[in-house]
Amino acid sequence: MESRTDLTRLSARRARSWGMLLAGLLLTFTLSIFIGRYPQPYWMPLRLLGEDELARQLVLSLRLPRILAALMMGASLAAAGNVLQMVFSNPIVGPGILGVSQGAAFGAALAILTLSAAPLAVELSALLFAFLGLGLSFLIARQLRYGGWVLRLVLSGIAVSALFAAGVGLIKYVADPLTQLPEITFWLLGGLWSVTWREVLLMLPFVTVGLVIVILMRWRINLLSLSEQTAFSLGSQTGRERTLLLVSTVAVVASVTAIGGVIGWVGLIIPHMARRLFGASAQRTVPASILLGGLFVVFCDTLARAILPGEIPLGVITSLLGAAFFILLMMTTGPRLKP
Amino acid sequence: MTKALISIENLGFAYDGDHHLVLDGLTLELPEASITAVLGPNGAGKTTLIHILLGLLKPYKGSVHLAGRNLAHFTRRELSRMIAFVPQSEYTAFEFSVLEYVLMGRAPHMGILQTPTREDLDQTLEHLEALGLNHLATRSVRELSGGERQLVLIARALAQEPKLLLLDEPTTHLDLSNKGRILATLSALANQGVTVIFTTHDPEAAASTAAYLVLMRQGKIVSSGALERVLTAERLSETYGIPVRVVQVDGHPVVLLNNHNR
Repeated sequence: MESRTDLTRLSARRARSWGMLLAGLLLTFTLSIFIGRYPQPYWMPLRLLGEDELARQLVLSLRLPRILAALMMGASLAAAGNVLQMVFSNPIVGPGILGVSQGAAFGAALAILTLSAAPLAVELSALLFAFLGLGLSFLIARQLRYGGWVLRLVLSGIAVSALFAAGVGLIKYVADPLTQLPEITFWLLGGLWSVTWREVLLMLPFVTVGLVIVILMRWRINLLSLSEQTAFSLGSQTGRERTLLLVSTVAVVASVTAIGGVIGWVGLIIPHMARRLFGASAQRTVPASILLGGLFVVFCDTLARAILPGEIPLGVITSLLGAAFFILLMMTTGPRLKP
Repeated sequence: MTKALISIENLGFAYDGDHHLVLDGLTLELPEASITAVLGPNGAGKTTLIHILLGLLKPYKGSVHLAGRNLAHFTRRELSRMIAFVPQSEYTAFEFSVLEYVLMGRAPHMGILQTPTREDLDQTLEHLEALGLNHLATRSVRELSGGERQLVLIARALAQEPKLLLLDEPTTHLDLSNKGRILATLSALANQGVTVIFTTHDPEAAASTAAYLVLMRQGKIVSSGALERVLTAERLSETYGIPVRVVQVDGHPVVLLNNHNR
């Protein structure tokens, strides 16, 4: 029974990976509470929480909601990326597909141009247009006369993204270069500097519902990565199950993008790392992506607010680290020789 | 014939928005716990027929009954517990292990929010062992050879515990030894009570394995029935449009091409 001993060894290795992943997330979360630029750069001693009222306020009303937002954002983008890659049977799909990211970007830019740069106005407008992007992608895909459902969705998603991107270009062109344009540019680069408990509460319902659906369906998702005929013959209601998963993941992405802007690479790279650690099955990679994604974005956001006296846009850091990881991953991936 | 598991009546099929019938006027009874080969040249409508039996395509006219009940009246879940499908080949974008891949065959017996149980896992391992694949359990399905891959697809279909196993060109890309291995596996399954229907354009695969034969050409049935009755030189020549000979070797029919230029 060599297959059973192989399996036992494999599950022992995976159990260790889960332990390290959880420990890593807890450690990063805890450390990030004490890392920042107050009272001096990089580190706030623990005793200050008892002595200094300002330190306590800083942690409770700024750092904590921001770290939670980063956690939700990373978990959401990574889970969404993972699910979309499975549903589209394509490991290089990212959560920005289906017009969501560009829709949110357009909504934010439009609010800054026509309403105000007040966070709530920008966030709500971004949320609205993110869902509009999703809706438009679905509507256009339904009207297309050729190709399977997946191909039609991808094509219309690309077209809708391009439309919104053109809109963002136009808004940047007409925006006031001294007041509005920097605001728009900074938003487009992505960041969590404006997050308070209000933003956390705004994201929470979308993120919770979306992630719970995805976690519950984590094994079932595997079937959708197979061919249409096979998924059908295994009893999958492919149309309905795909749509439910798409709407849940994209709602999650829309809500976090509305708060934090377009954060690249998380949804693409984290699922690859999860598969490296836990194999291809979404039963394990979905929860692993959630933990890894949370860890990664909390880490990146801590760098974003702590390294320099001024804020570095989060999107810049995730892209930098994400792309570097990706190159590393590609260079070390290949047929592994068996001993 | 023994009791029919599948009866097809005046079946016709056309793709959407097209009045050209890909299948036309098919009437057939396929017996239980036996092997039926659907033989014909490329473009005869064999794969379309399999997709209709699977429930993936809906008949344009006529009907298909499974165990006396119209196929259209089964739910998706009921169908997936009765009928399993082995595609000719299957591309996977992800590096599933053989075990994970075959485990997906348990889906018809699981709820949509369920994950596999210990029993599902044990059953899957048994199916792998039965087909001699247990040493591959932790290997990636993308690293397998053609013959191994086909056996893994069959193992996944068996994990569904189907009454009817449909295979689309199961031996097409295989060398002689793997072809023999797959066909022997099908015979063993029929002996265990599974009804097997496979398409092929290779008369040899049909002749060596099937008890019943359906000869198809251009969407129509040329002839159907017990293998010895249907596999004749005359009917094969008509189906393929070239002269062939059928000779008996040790009581089994063997198909030979008539090459006049040799």
